[in-house]
Amino acid sequence: MLVSLAWSSLGSRRKSVVLTFLSLLISISVLLSVEHIRQQAKESFNRTISDVDLIVGAPSGQLNLLLYSVFRMGSPTSNIKYESYEALQESQLVDWAIPISLGDSHRGFRVMGTNDNYFQHFKFGNKQALSFQNGQAFASLFEAVIGADVAKGLGYKVGDSVVISHGIGNTSFTNHDNTPFTITGILAATGTPVDKTVHVSLNAIEAIHLSASKQNQLLNDAASVNTTPDSVTAVMLGLTSKFATFKLQRDINNYKTDRLMAILPGVALTELWQMMGTVENLLRVISILVLISSLFGLSTMLLASMQQRKNEIAVLRVLGAGPRVIFTLVLVEALILVLLAIVAAIVLLSVTLTLSSDWLASQYGLFLSANLLTVETLKVVSVITLAAIVTSAIPAFEAYKNALHSSLSAR
Amino acid sequence: MSAAPEQPLKNEADSNKAAPNQGNAIALNDVNYHYADANSSGLHIPTWKVNYGDRVFLHGHSGSGKTTLLNLLAGVLTPQSGELSLLGKPFSALSARQRDKFRAQHIGVVFQQFNLIPYLSVLKNIELATYFAKAGKTNVADAAEALLTGLNLPATILQQPANALSVGQQQRVAIARALINKPEILLVDEPTSALDAAARDAFMTILIDMCKQHNTTLIFVSHDMYLKKFFETSVEMSSLKGSSLIQPAETK
Repeated sequence: MLVSLAWSSLGSRRKSVVLTFLSLLISISVLLSVEHIRQQAKESFNRTISDVDLIVGAPSGQLNLLLYSVFRMGSPTSNIKYESYEALQESQLVDWAIPISLGDSHRGFRVMGTNDNYFQHFKFGNKQALSFQNGQAFASLFEAVIGADVAKGLGYKVGDSVVISHGIGNTSFTNHDNTPFTITGILAATGTPVDKTVHVSLNAIEAIHLSASKQNQLLNDAASVNTTPDSVTAVMLGLTSKFATFKLQRDINNYKTDRLMAILPGVALTELWQMMGTVENLLRVISILVLISSLFGLSTMLLASMQQRKNEIAVLRVLGAGPRVIFTLVLVEALILVLLAIVAAIVLLSVTLTLSSDWLASQYGLFLSANLLTVETLKVVSVITLAAIVTSAIPAFEAYKNALHSSLSAR
Repeated sequence: MSAAPEQPLKNEADSNKAAPNQGNAIALNDVNYHYADANSSGLHIPTWKVNYGDRVFLHGHSGSGKTTLLNLLAGVLTPQSGELSLLGKPFSALSARQRDKFRAQHIGVVFQQFNLIPYLSVLKNIELATYFAKAGKTNVADAAEALLTGLNLPATILQQPANALSVGQQQRVAIARALINKPEILLVDEPTSALDAAARDAFMTILIDMCKQHNTTLIFVSHDMYLKKFFETSVEMSSLKGSSLIQPAETK
């Protein structure tokens, strides 16, 4: 009865109630999305790479190396010699080495040159290995393996042929038209940048960058041209013993014949996360302030209505409603509004995340789940509800006082 | 000291001799009430008793404390000293919560205006009264319809929002709501001040009829002496207070 009374009372002040509801909806959406994206981004960043002990590339910042080698963001400053990769591969301490070569793209998706080691040793999430949804790894020169999102986004099947562009833009003036690739395999979805990548062999990367005459020669007789690469962009290493990590890192950093830098992906990820932590906290503070201001808006709306509700309160009092009932009534009104706003915000965010997940993944490498019903969200929601109760206690107490002093003469 | 010039109530002597709080619907003994701000005069009533089923016209000029008395009777205000008993219960000694419950169950109130919650339907307004009285949900709609018919209102208005009714209709709905819980006491404060003459007479006839029907003790407050003719008993405010004499009422 109280809830239906509160509901009718809200209905009688539709305009200010709708405006308050919208302000609550916006602020709760902002807070929930900041919290959700924070959680999800951390998870999505941390699951991109697993079981890789060192990443080796040309000396730059460790974040830069991490971003381009793992997240396929930004561009590599310079490459390292292929001989360095071979040397690392042969090192006693190294169990496996995955060379990667970046710089080309296919309709907005990055193309990465690598070799079989990648499919055997690369791991993501909780040490999960890559697996094929369809087909198998590339075996010959002009064959490619695509990630799940590439297949889904461009509608490719095994056996289709693709043309690779030079550079990393969505549109490129230089297409490697002479050398189309045949898709031999599609990887199962991983929720990492792997899904957005077209994989080819290192030799293929070398081959598409040959001069036109050499390419013709190659197409006529594959064995006549040497397609062994000169350089690779980076190398991911798995070590035989974790204890050797720091020794090997030091050795690589002091490597004489090539300029190399080795980073620990975990450390780099943490640094990346710390850098984002400041921004994240700032966003959090702002969204909390926005929420507080809209909660004050709610209690202002209720307070302003108290004057016109004096009669109403007098009537309720005379019918036998105690001051506590009046207090509860105002609180229930506030809670109805806040809970409705929370539900609407969750629906709104879920829909938005579902619709924008592809865009977020391709633009920012963020793989966000559209499922908001997590323990974290529940915590945020309970904090919001609690804050709503606290702020609406002000008008509720006003109503309580009103009820205490209301008398039959209230006119 | 405006001693009551009225004649003594016929049965007044024996009702005084009976056990003070038994047998009277309303019994006041040395009740004192004064407002927090010193400007407004307080109210002192040495003694006043109303029998079950009496219909009392309580009149007096404005500022004579009529409304204060009504507030005391409704339990919205509590006297600083003295005893106020309703239906044999020491009303003034109850806790605020108990008083609210007692009011919901045993007292109906009709104001001068703004009796209904404007955005609720007539039925919802009436249901509110039963909700706070915690009366079992025995078909409120039927009981309300019966009351409304008795008040010459069409049953169709049950579903209309209260603010869609005319003032006269609203006042009659207010009576229906005040009577829905079959209260022993009905307190009415200038209910006709917003009505025209014809509507006023119709309203009064219906009100008195309803009270007779339900044997409700009615305390009707007004400054309009014209309305006195509808009542058997009339009491002047000034005769109630101040004087320690116990001859407050007159009979027609």
